[in-house]
Amino acid sequence: MLEVQNLCKSFGGVKAADDITLNFTDGSLTAVIGPNGAGKSTFFNLITGALKPDSGRILLDGVDMVGRSPPDIARHGIGRAFQVASIFPSLTVHETMLAAVGADQRRAGILHRRFPLAETRDRAEYAMELLGLANKRNRTAATLSHGDQKLLDIALALVLDPQLLLLDEPTAGMGTEERWRMIDKVRELWEREKISVVFIEHDMDIVFKIAPEIVVLCYGRILATGTPDAIRQNPAVIEAYLGTDHHAEAI
Amino acid sequence: MTELQAERGGDLSAPPIDVKSKRLRYIDLLIAIAAFAVLASLPFLFSSKALLDFVIRCAAFGLFATSLNLLVGYTGMISFGHGMFFGLGAYGFGLIMQRTGVPVPVAFLGTLVLTAVVATAIGAICVRLKEIYFAFVTLAFQMLIHSIILSWVSLTGGDQGLRGGIPRPKFLGIDPTNHIHLYIMSCALLVIGLLLMRQIAQSPFGYTLRMIRDNASRASFIGIDVWRAKLTIFVLSSLFASTGGIIMCLFVSGAYPEFAYWTISGEGIFINLLGGVTTFLGPMVGTVLLLTLNDTVTRLTEHYGIVLGIVILFFAIGLRKGLMDFAVEWYEARRGDKERAP
Repeated sequence: MLEVQNLCKSFGGVKAADDITLNFTDGSLTAVIGPNGAGKSTFFNLITGALKPDSGRILLDGVDMVGRSPPDIARHGIGRAFQVASIFPSLTVHETMLAAVGADQRRAGILHRRFPLAETRDRAEYAMELLGLANKRNRTAATLSHGDQKLLDIALALVLDPQLLLLDEPTAGMGTEERWRMIDKVRELWEREKISVVFIEHDMDIVFKIAPEIVVLCYGRILATGTPDAIRQNPAVIEAYLGTDHHAEAI
Repeated sequence: MTELQAERGGDLSAPPIDVKSKRLRYIDLLIAIAAFAVLASLPFLFSSKALLDFVIRCAAFGLFATSLNLLVGYTGMISFGHGMFFGLGAYGFGLIMQRTGVPVPVAFLGTLVLTAVVATAIGAICVRLKEIYFAFVTLAFQMLIHSIILSWVSLTGGDQGLRGGIPRPKFLGIDPTNHIHLYIMSCALLVIGLLLMRQIAQSPFGYTLRMIRDNASRASFIGIDVWRAKLTIFVLSSLFASTGGIIMCLFVSGAYPEFAYWTISGEGIFINLLGGVTTFLGPMVGTVLLLTLNDTVTRLTEHYGIVLGIVILFFAIGLRKGLMDFAVEWYEARRGDKERAP
């Protein structure tokens, strides 16, 4: 459903995306790994329209997304969450969800009615339940814990009912235990919503345990793609990324 | 949790929000009617002409300052040139009345159309800019409009302003040359304007503006066209600023270059500082505060600027918020204490 073809992007002389060709099938769960500066976040920014590729195509169900604006791409069904939770600090959890559902329903410009709209209620409720935020509905987003802010960020992407969900390090800045809770949540979402999920992750234990598909990026290029087993045994990957003592244990 | 449970939980805990929001709308309407009734009864309770003049000026500046708060407080767009629409309202209305002799309501609508066209053109350029650049470019456009007014003497009268009085014919039984009629009309425009702006602030669009203020980039990734929303509120708020200018033009029966000078924008910002931008009525409170200060201080001393400066410093550095923000926080803290007490 999402086909990325020969995607290139350079910043000055640095190639952040170098001829990336990938195919994400319907309902897949894919982890993107790679050392710092490998171009993982750039890859997400290219897909969501935050950056414009120098060349290449990004086809969502055959429709080219290149050159479209971020809101346009979001409305086509690509939702994203950020490495640093990107939320609306002064709104409550409930308001955030209601407003986001309204935006997705193309009702963000309505002037003659009062917020919140009745027709946004059920979806907002569903998204809050799904991510376990329902009992914090009246909390102002800025006062939520770090983990809950990350969940709210994901909930914002989810209420759009995306076909493809991009999660940029859902576990960033979390302790070990919290990481596992978060990643279980991500897996649960993937199983329940039957959408395609692509996530960036640093923790090899997590990646090898839950991702059926792995993409390894290095200096903007695809080093390898495949199942956890294939990646583990890939010599190029071992040399470039997994070959350190620290990660040898994980393998 | 299963989907069934999720649904049931939702039904139990979710308030009937559509009913609630409808009720809030009626409350706003009731408050507006009550406020208008109080204002309209003032001429019959007090014989002071100065009081009515004061309220008329509050109406003009209150509409202007509240419309600025739609940009500053709700959308996070700090405009330093909002006064240009105040001036445009005054000059547009004055010129249409002087040159064409159409009835007041037609000139009123004509001025709003003119303002909308100008605001769309200026906004299309400005709203793409971020923070300080937006502030400066709006200021630049204000100075442009001000110098057009000064230099196009044959149309605007240059630095003398629109002189010779603005014709104010009767319409629909209202006589704008009658002081009380003008007063009631200004109050009506103020209340209707505030009610409309309140509706904008509490509409789904109003929450779109809050999202843009909080995190514009996030808003765009959930499908909101940030540029379009910003342009829309820029134009809408210009209409209310222009209405303030029209009231001013009717009040002084003229229009002067000062109405379009940057100091008007400055006063708008001061008013928002004084009253606070986190409540809807903050700028209205600020307006009353600033105009009262204006009137009393100028009567007592010629060093008006120093006194005003000290007051503003007190609010900006001492309180770090506007009067209404302070009042709301104080009230909430007190209520919190009461709830905690056994």
